[in-house]
Amino acid sequence: MKAAPMSRVFPIALNTFREAVRDRVLYNLVAFAVLMSGAAILVGQISVGIEKLVVINLGLTAVSLFGVVISIFIGIGLVSKEIDKRTLYTLLSRPVRRWEFVVGKFLGLVGTLVLNTFFMAIGVFGALLYVAHHFAKPDAWVLVALYFIILQFVIVTGLALLFSSFSSPLMSAVFAFSLFIVGAFAEDLRGFARMTKGITRWIATGAAYLVPNFSALNVITPVAHGQPVSGQLILYNTAYALIYATMTICGAVLIFERRNLK
Amino acid sequence: MLAIEILGLEKTYNVGFWGKTPKHALRPLHLNVEEGEIFGFLGPNGAGKTTTLKLLMGLVFPTSGTARILGMELDDPRMKAQIGFLPEQPYFYDYLTARELLEYYAQLSGVAAKERSRKADEVLAKVGLPNVAGLQLRKFSKGMLQRVGIAQAILHDPKLLFFDEPMSGLDPLGRRDVRDLMEQLKHEGKTVFFSTHILPDAEALCDRVAVIHDGELKGVGAVADLTSGVRGKVEIIWSGRIIPPAFKGLGADCHVTGDTVRAIVSEECQDAALDALRNAHLRLISLSPVRNSLEAYYVSKLQPGKAAAEVRP
Amino acid sequence: MKRSQITMVAGSLLVLCLAASVLTLHRLDELRSHATLEEVLYVSSPQALKRISLGYSGLLADIYWTRAVQYFGSKHVQGAEDYKLLAPLLEITTTLDPKLLVAYEFGSNFLTAKPPQGAGMPDEAVALVKQGIRSNPNEWHLYYDLGFIYYLDLKDYRNAADAFARGSRLPDAHPFLKLMAALAAQKGGEAQMARMLWTTTFETTTNKDIKANAAAHLRALQVDDDVTNLEALQARYRDKTGHFAASFSELESAGMLRGSPRDPLGAPYKLAAEGKVEVTDPDDLPFIEKGLSIGYIPPPKPKILPVD
Ligand SMILES: Nc1ncnc2c1ncn2[C@@H]1O[C@H](COP(=O)(O)OP(=O)(O)OP(=O)(O)O)[C@@H](O)[C@H]1O
Ligand SMILES: [Mg+2]
Repeated sequence: MKAAPMSRVFPIALNTFREAVRDRVLYNLVAFAVLMSGAAILVGQISVGIEKLVVINLGLTAVSLFGVVISIFIGIGLVSKEIDKRTLYTLLSRPVRRWEFVVGKFLGLVGTLVLNTFFMAIGVFGALLYVAHHFAKPDAWVLVALYFIILQFVIVTGLALLFSSFSSPLMSAVFAFSLFIVGAFAEDLRGFARMTKGITRWIATGAAYLVPNFSALNVITPVAHGQPVSGQLILYNTAYALIYATMTICGAVLIFERRNLK
Repeated sequence: MLAIEILGLEKTYNVGFWGKTPKHALRPLHLNVEEGEIFGFLGPNGAGKTTTLKLLMGLVFPTSGTARILGMELDDPRMKAQIGFLPEQPYFYDYLTARELLEYYAQLSGVAAKERSRKADEVLAKVGLPNVAGLQLRKFSKGMLQRVGIAQAILHDPKLLFFDEPMSGLDPLGRRDVRDLMEQLKHEGKTVFFSTHILPDAEALCDRVAVIHDGELKGVGAVADLTSGVRGKVEIIWSGRIIPPAFKGLGADCHVTGDTVRAIVSEECQDAALDALRNAHLRLISLSPVRNSLEAYYVSKLQPGKAAAEVRP
Repeated sequence: MKRSQITMVAGSLLVLCLAASVLTLHRLDELRSHATLEEVLYVSSPQALKRISLGYSGLLADIYWTRAVQYFGSKHVQGAEDYKLLAPLLEITTTLDPKLLVAYEFGSNFLTAKPPQGAGMPDEAVALVKQGIRSNPNEWHLYYDLGFIYYLDLKDYRNAADAFARGSRLPDAHPFLKLMAALAAQKGGEAQMARMLWTTTFETTTNKDIKANAAAHLRALQVDDDVTNLEALQARYRDKTGHFAASFSELESAGMLRGSPRDPLGAPYKLAAEGKVEVTDPDDLPFIEKGLSIGYIPPPKPKILPVD
């Protein structure tokens, strides 16, 4: 019995994905589809020359908000449910290490969100096609914006997992959502910190660098205006999201390895 | 080799709003379980049985002390591959079917891919659930879940089994099935460590038992020793309230309760006693050798004061 | 792997990632130094932004205010020639929170000043401050700011006098305002007026950038005064002796001066050819118009000494 950890992480990830799908998480797509088609039809009728702008802005914002809510909701729900309902008992009495559970759970959740985003992206492009009748080259940047949105979900899911490793579901949701809001202004926060002095500066700078940086991951507005996104930004955003998510997972593992189950 | 070696495991919870009040769920416990034994872990509600099992499964961490299972540390995955655990009131991923759950667990326990489905069907049949393999677990009754719990514990053919109240929630037939199953496991050379407060079950199944109360071990013993007959005593019960005078000479211990009389006499005096009853035209109800029950042992361990009072004349 | 090893690995990875995330953030901030600011180019309507803020406009105003200050600060150290986002940033800020007085004050000072000291957009500054007055009709400071721009930057003495006069009628108004109204009405006393204006700004502002700027202007006024006086002295000396003094000690021995004169920062003045007087280090004294050596080129990054 010297199987690699991945031989347990992947089944756990897969099972998490299966749970999300069977728990009808993907039903949100129905609401999204209604929103997108409604917006497309409405905007198509007003026709004041900014149809594409509105569709991209609205579509990507909705993808982002839907996804964040779902990340937090299933990230916390699925983990605390395992602790609350004690399904973990029969899992952890098998040759499964706690860190394998955390990592597997994380991968499964991210997989679910990627699939969910994929369907929503189809909705956005469908609406785009409806109002513009054809795709143009700058529409490819919408894909980059969607990729950045997925990177946001990766971070949010990590945070949700981290909080639910030690806190109640409700508090975890509150923490994760507040950090999402604060993180949207992370760049301003670092600016604030730079303007302070003395010990405040140390604390403020520490906090500003610790909160997740969602500002750089939000390129919805420029992309809606057909502006390109630099390759460097794609590279560093990817690096940042992966690093930050790893950080949250390490934190979750450290706490969860020590935690007494209910 | 010892199957389980508990070396002073202790668990104290901090309760109260500020977490300042210590709650001793388990006082330092020393206990060994031999390989091939069926070991019963007895104790009233809140005694610390589940706590002990959770500590052994690594679900909670001890305040102090350690334990070794199959000679390995508690967090050793190699050991985990060789044990099975049925938690108290088990609950499973209710969006899965029974077969899906078992196949998933078989995979995590390292069962080869092509054997998983066969194993799943096999254990489902063993626990008496052959026809619901494709049913989602959210549609299972309490007793059915208990059976699935046993199925997942024996799924990967482990050497050592931990059952937390295996009979709870089962109907009488189910209880008998589980008893048979445990006997079969013993027959296959497995070790079973289970907690219960159903004493007849323990008496029928166990090689040895331990009694725990308030987190403290009160006694350990082989069931055969505890229940072996109290040599040379018989119990005679007859109807009526009359005690024939001859009984005085036999050194009998007599109690009148309602319309019956119960007397304990030594085996040698059995015939004389029966003659005395016949002469007095009294109707005999029963005659049986006196045995110590596990219950008496259990009660004596839990209420030492009361038991001592009974023994005293 | 044992639990202690897992802890070690997860712990080290955590620290490593923390360090790496800080580095990545630095890089991202470099890449996007103006990205957040450029948003104002997309959401150009402050009214729309106010609606988007869902009632949390105060918080958003604070965020835009810091963005404006940072934008100005970062442009200023670069010695920038244009500050095209300063006006929209301040407009958004004050639309979101019309009571944020410091933003109007900041605008009146740095929108008007000529590049590289400011945006050189006095008309936008006037519009901003007028908007401020509409929202805060009882703040004398705003009338003062308005008068200031009209007087010093636009040389529109009539409007300046009007603004000062309206401000002076408000409760708590600085007593100087009445005087300023009178002087502006006479279109006279430029130097005296400038000194009074900058002194008022210096004394009443709470923003340290504005204060430093006012201090630099006051120093410059002082230097211009000193140089004028010293050069007059040289002229008189030549009238008496037929040549310019070669050093201040010559002027001293002639009984025309006591000690060697120093500029407001404590550096000695220098005597140059042709009876001219120069400052030792003109880079430290932006805004001075006199005392500069011939062909002096100001540094690309203007130096405003901080006030303490
Ligand atoms: N998480 C906890 N926090 C505080 N006290 C606890 C916790 N878990 C258990 N206890 C206490 O520890 C004691 C032992 O509990 P345990 O569950 O081991 O009892 P048990 O022997 O399994 O009882 P039962 O037969 O009812 O299942 C109880 O008094 C219980 O209140
Ligand atoms: Mg129990």
